[in-house]
Amino acid sequence: MSPEKMVHMANQIATFFKTQPGSDRSTRVAAHLTDYWEPRMLEQLHSYVATGGKGLDDLVIAAEAEIAVTRASV
Amino acid sequence: MKDFIIPNDRDMGTPAKQGAPVTLEIDGMAVTVPEGTSVLRAAAEAGVQIPKLCASDNLEAFGSCRLCVVEIEGRRGTPASCTTPVTPGMVVHTGSSKVRKIRKGVMELYISDHPLDCLTCSANGDCELQDMAGAVGLRDVRYEAPENGGMVNHFEARNTSGETNPEWLPKDDSNPYFSYDPSKCIVCNRCVRACEEVQGTFALTIQGRGFDSRVSAGNAGDDFLASDCVSCGACVQACPTATLQEKSIIELGTPDRSVITTCAYCGVGCSFKAEMNGDTLVRMTPYKHGKANRGHSCVKGRFAYGYAHHQDRILKPMIRDRITDPWREVEWDEALSFAATRMRGLQEKYGKKSIGVITSSRCTNEETYLVQKLARAVFGNNNTDTCARVCHSPTGYGLGQTFGTSAGTQDFDSVEHTDVVVVIGANPTDGHPVFASRLKKRLREGAKLIVVDPRRIDLVKSAHVAASHHLPLRPGTNVAVVSALAHVIVTEGLMNEEFIRERCDWDEFQHYADFISNPRHSPEATAMLTGVDPAELRKAARLFATGGNGSIYYGLGVTEHSQGSTTVMGIANLAMLTGNMGRPGVGVNPLRGQNNVQGACDMGSFPHELPGYRHVKGPEVRKVFEEAWGVQIDAEPGLRIPNMLDAAVDGTFKGLYCQGEDILQSDPDTKHVAAGLAAMECVIVHDLFLNETANYAHVFLPGSTFLEKDGTFTNAERRINRVRKVIPPLNGYADWEITQMLANAMGAGWSYAHPARIMEEIAATTPSFAGVDYALLEEKGSVQWPCNEAHPEGTPLMHVDGFMRGKGRFIVTEYVGTDEKTGPRFPLLLTTGRILSQYNVGAQTRRTDNVIWHEEDLLEIHPHDAEVRGLKEGDWVRLASRAGETTLRAKLTDRVSPGVVYTTFHHPDTQANVITTDYSDWATNCPEYKVTAVQINLSNGPTDWQEDYAAQAAQARRILPAAE
Repeated sequence: MSPEKMVHMANQIATFFKTQPGSDRSTRVAAHLTDYWEPRMLEQLHSYVATGGKGLDDLVIAAEAEIAVTRASV
Repeated sequence: MKDFIIPNDRDMGTPAKQGAPVTLEIDGMAVTVPEGTSVLRAAAEAGVQIPKLCASDNLEAFGSCRLCVVEIEGRRGTPASCTTPVTPGMVVHTGSSKVRKIRKGVMELYISDHPLDCLTCSANGDCELQDMAGAVGLRDVRYEAPENGGMVNHFEARNTSGETNPEWLPKDDSNPYFSYDPSKCIVCNRCVRACEEVQGTFALTIQGRGFDSRVSAGNAGDDFLASDCVSCGACVQACPTATLQEKSIIELGTPDRSVITTCAYCGVGCSFKAEMNGDTLVRMTPYKHGKANRGHSCVKGRFAYGYAHHQDRILKPMIRDRITDPWREVEWDEALSFAATRMRGLQEKYGKKSIGVITSSRCTNEETYLVQKLARAVFGNNNTDTCARVCHSPTGYGLGQTFGTSAGTQDFDSVEHTDVVVVIGANPTDGHPVFASRLKKRLREGAKLIVVDPRRIDLVKSAHVAASHHLPLRPGTNVAVVSALAHVIVTEGLMNEEFIRERCDWDEFQHYADFISNPRHSPEATAMLTGVDPAELRKAARLFATGGNGSIYYGLGVTEHSQGSTTVMGIANLAMLTGNMGRPGVGVNPLRGQNNVQGACDMGSFPHELPGYRHVKGPEVRKVFEEAWGVQIDAEPGLRIPNMLDAAVDGTFKGLYCQGEDILQSDPDTKHVAAGLAAMECVIVHDLFLNETANYAHVFLPGSTFLEKDGTFTNAERRINRVRKVIPPLNGYADWEITQMLANAMGAGWSYAHPARIMEEIAATTPSFAGVDYALLEEKGSVQWPCNEAHPEGTPLMHVDGFMRGKGRFIVTEYVGTDEKTGPRFPLLLTTGRILSQYNVGAQTRRTDNVIWHEEDLLEIHPHDAEVRGLKEGDWVRLASRAGETTLRAKLTDRVSPGVVYTTFHHPDTQANVITTDYSDWATNCPEYKVTAVQINLSNGPTDWQEDYAAQAAQARRILPAAE
């Protein structure tokens, strides 16, 4: 998918969880992404973040880092 | 109408009542019935059939035919038994010589004005007038026209001298499915009452008085087609003679047997009797014991089944190497091995995850289960999705998060107990007509209605029904409106604190209450955004919170938005705030679009969930299926439909098996869908017709209709209904057999002999279906899941004593404006919907006479917006968005607000989805069909895109003549 579309979709998810109470928002974004995004979509997100992650919400960047750690440890 | 072979289907005369038991004596027999029951019904309960003509057990007693008279000891005269309620100790005689004489006299009068052409009459053998003449022993008719008095009957067109009879009226054949022959009418009023009481349209009336009384549709000068008649068939069903008669019966004769089955149109899931004459289907009539429809139907289920025999139907498998080639008809073996070889080849070349499936919400549970199993067990991936993705996936997410289960909370009977109904983003009179009739009945009894919809839908104001409040919001602002309703309820202290404390998570509620009380959610603060009058919104909120049993019914106008899932959560919040949960008359009720949307979701069609809504990441869930199927199941979610198309364009998704779904017409942003399909190397379309998606297919597997197979559908109320085979599959195989053959061609080794075996596997692996089997469905007629050890007979109402997830969860619902915004180039908002006579992409209904009501998609536009653009009614207009453009004709109406335009998506040549964008719900990727910024202006005709599309479609549909 186009990077713009991926950024849009990821930011939409972050926008929702930003409004939610609690201090674990990045974890909840990460959980949503791993629950619903297929591995090649996560891979695309990962590479995009690795190359700067332009346009991504900070919460997405934080969530992506959590996903990367979890996936690396599996 | 006469019974055929189904027991307990006889007409009891008047509706059943509920009340304290009353015992009386009828013809020497003691009978006990509920208080309020008529003597006529009490007699029927005791097995005594009192003759009747104007009474029917789906209509209130009317007392006009005087045939059901009886004698009651201690009372004077001979009262009509239909209008006489039972009293304790009453002694009734139904067959005294006195009443027999009266009945014979009454019948003699009826027959004196009725033609005696019984042998050639279309109702011969199926006529209550004929039956009653026999029952009362009528042997001759003494009445004759007076000498020199002219003709005094309604049935002879001319007298013997050839003079015309002014009382005679010609047949009205304007409706494509039934005819109205006034010469056979006995003015029993059943049709008029059915139109009012059952359907709620009030299209029929009795015109004139006394001998001049005639059934009339609409105003003087209207015929049935020109009137308000919606062709639901209730009047035809009610007619005791051949006056209102199905044209199929006139042509094919009366049925000799019938099979109970389930309609394959909308999510109401009506039960029907498929009435057969030999092996020919002659009529579909609504089954009175069907628990979703209670004997009612709409024009689609009742009449629009002719597509099964339409000339466009493809009955032979076809293949081609490239989509630019013409199709080549082949035998099943060749088609399946071609498909299997290609799909396996793609996996070898591009990887295991390069292919996937789309299951159909129009197919049975068993078929859907097999298609997702094909992906998971045979392809070895989770690339399975269903068309529910593009309609109700946010319902699954939103209700799962708040209540813990992905389904509506009530049964349809619940509407009979509701006091305040909120309809949000749904148009039940068009989309879910039989439910709408049941709702309208309750509204006529006094329940209040709140409509939240950008358009003034029929429910807002129609015969004897009016909404107390209509909140015409701007498309895309659902969350703001739902939050404003909650704001009023919380800040005015109208919530049900006892319910919230007992049933919901109190901490979450307090956080939610803080959030929603903020003045930025007030109706006044959001009015600029939503366009809704704040005073009206406040009144609506107060009515919902304080008006008694409050129920919410919603449709795709809620889900198909960037914030679809958030709105569903907001709706759940409203129900919990007001304690409207867990009893009849309340609840959250998603109106499902297609017949088996609920079932397709239940059956594990989604790429992240195994059957029963269990995430694939759970090892214990995977283990259940790994043991049952003997394979490893991928622990990571697969691609959703939009993701499949994206991956196809990217070159990593290459093969698709698409059953009973036309993604090219029904999914948003047609150009993107087309590009995705064109990039695939093997597209297998399994369908009745060469649909739009098939233009890009390499394999076509002909499908079977719902008349040609066994299985089950699960409707919007979680009701599992049987689909029964009434004719053999014209294409040779039921769809579940075809999926099995494809799986076996890929080495699966499946050996299901009947859909019942598939259901056994579903029950064995899925806890909410543990108690479901075909024997239970035969016995009960239907069951609502969960059906298991805890609920052996199913679950009509959910969350009665507690939520499925434990405590109900309030979720903060912040409004976020969609990124699809209006501006100088695209100043109007387009929203889309459906019309009564057509269904979804129209593949079925366009191939029936239903096109008489809707032969093209029209663009509804407010006269003000039309005027500034110089548009007149019927003009061709160009409709353009950032995604694309198309043309269609304009219809000027103030149903839509200024700034909003509306169209339907039933016709492929309009291609409304060329316009829609690929924005989607944040949680589920459900497309945002309901909000597109557009511009419109005058046009000369089809756009280049429409012409190119039509040319490509014509090219792609060529079929080589079969080799001799």
